[in-house]
Amino acid sequence: MTQQQRPAVKPVPIPTPETDFYWEKCQQHELWVRKCNDCNQAYFYPRDICPDCFSRNTAWVQCSGKGTLHTFGIVVRPPHRGWAEDVPFVVAMVDLEEGCRMPTNLVEVEADLNNPGEHIRVGMLVEVVWEDRTDKVSLPMFKPA
Amino acid sequence: MPNISRAAAIVGVAEADEMGYLENRKSDLQLSTEASYNALEDAGLKKSDVDGIFAAGNTLGLAEHMGIHPKFTDSTSVGGSSFVIHAGHAFAAIAAGYCEVALVTHGVAGHSRRFFGGAGEGGAPDSPGGQFETPYGFIGAPINYAMACARYMHEFGEERTREAMSEVTVSTRKWAALNPRALIHDPKAEIPLTMSFDDYHNSRWVCWPFHLLDCCLVTDAGGAYIITTPERARDLKKPPVWILGAGEGHDHGMISQMPSLTSLIARETGPKAFQMAGVTHHDFDLAMIYDSFTYTVMLTIESLGFCGRGEADDFLRGQRTAPGGDFPMNTSGGGLSYTHPGAYGIFLIIEAVRQLRDECGERQVPDCKLTFCHGTGGSLSSGGTAVLALD
Repeated sequence: MTQQQRPAVKPVPIPTPETDFYWEKCQQHELWVRKCNDCNQAYFYPRDICPDCFSRNTAWVQCSGKGTLHTFGIVVRPPHRGWAEDVPFVVAMVDLEEGCRMPTNLVEVEADLNNPGEHIRVGMLVEVVWEDRTDKVSLPMFKPA
Repeated sequence: MPNISRAAAIVGVAEADEMGYLENRKSDLQLSTEASYNALEDAGLKKSDVDGIFAAGNTLGLAEHMGIHPKFTDSTSVGGSSFVIHAGHAFAAIAAGYCEVALVTHGVAGHSRRFFGGAGEGGAPDSPGGQFETPYGFIGAPINYAMACARYMHEFGEERTREAMSEVTVSTRKWAALNPRALIHDPKAEIPLTMSFDDYHNSRWVCWPFHLLDCCLVTDAGGAYIITTPERARDLKKPPVWILGAGEGHDHGMISQMPSLTSLIARETGPKAFQMAGVTHHDFDLAMIYDSFTYTVMLTIESLGFCGRGEADDFLRGQRTAPGGDFPMNTSGGGLSYTHPGAYGIFLIIEAVRQLRDECGERQVPDCKLTFCHGTGGSLSSGGTAVLALD
């Protein structure tokens, strides 16, 4: 038997009771966030009790999938063996239309280190796309809208 | 809150026997213990005098390794700022009578671990970070801090930001050239003793907007310091360095949870420490500011109130933080050019004390009587300020 090198795998999240619903919806390519019924604030990441007013009266809302780019970085040195063959790539934070900010990757865009602003601008409109990382786990990512 | 200004003094500081790129399998415990031994020697105290231990995390293991049975223990671990925060905690514990001789210690074989232990893999996959940041490659400080810096560039201008970053790293290298313990003096490290602005701009990208020369070193290092009561401090070998004021806080853990990527909790810890100390921004002879990245320094200067938001470029222009400048900063050569084992805060205190005691030779700041240390840790998450002075 020849020994085969296993392909490097990017990290895969493991849900908890507070996030099961989020990841189930992601698997269906739907983005949902938590919203507090008392202070009316949407928030990310999902947790049962509102991190602003500490109310238990919270709900899930489905997102439009649209937002604006809050900031980004172009990763050149792979931070993990899962990205060894996959640099440069764009880490980003997106301000969702619903009013909260989420970490993500910006994809389907040129990451030009000599002139990043040519293709990527803070404040640009973005929309959700999906990466099926495994059969069970899909990650929301964003591309220029 | 009671004002406990001058209720305790730092009486001993030291590094480990050797630091840098060791690759000799020295453990974190050994580096910490060496530094602790040396700090006790510096103070003229014995190990049996120590009744309080302060470290980021492993106080059980460290105290056991040194045979210390503390009656006060503090494992506060909030990133590289922890060791400035420990100064405030030891200060309060001594003022309240919980211990008399506090040992603050830290050692990490940060460089060697890269080879022996392999690269980090991010947080536990069911933690908030492991679910929502790690899968996107938010792994390690350079990436997280770079995104904050990119936001600053958007708000205040890319060119101005870049200028401020270059002023910080170029001036810090000049100080390191005057510190024989700085990594740049180790031929193994192959780091030039000087850095031009062109060297900075031409250094390779780690994560845009960070060049290599925006990022701190990763070394093997240990450090320690001793704090005690005013009564004991006056009878020891070296002049006491008084703690005049301290402040601490944090406002998030993960970078994506940071309320504003362009403002640090230093905006609260600084004024609190300065007020307790009864000093203002113009009184300081030396600034010791955690330089995990160039951006950390410029943001700290703004958040502490030395200049307004977005004004770091104007404040830093013209190498005024370099040797001979009117705002001496990070005279050891900092995390950028002296040493940074993974958490650097303890070395801010060590250098501040040495400067106040007039022990710094070529890099000595003339008439250095009042200084502050500010540590930033985590993902720009935590902050600690300590104001230190001679009699």
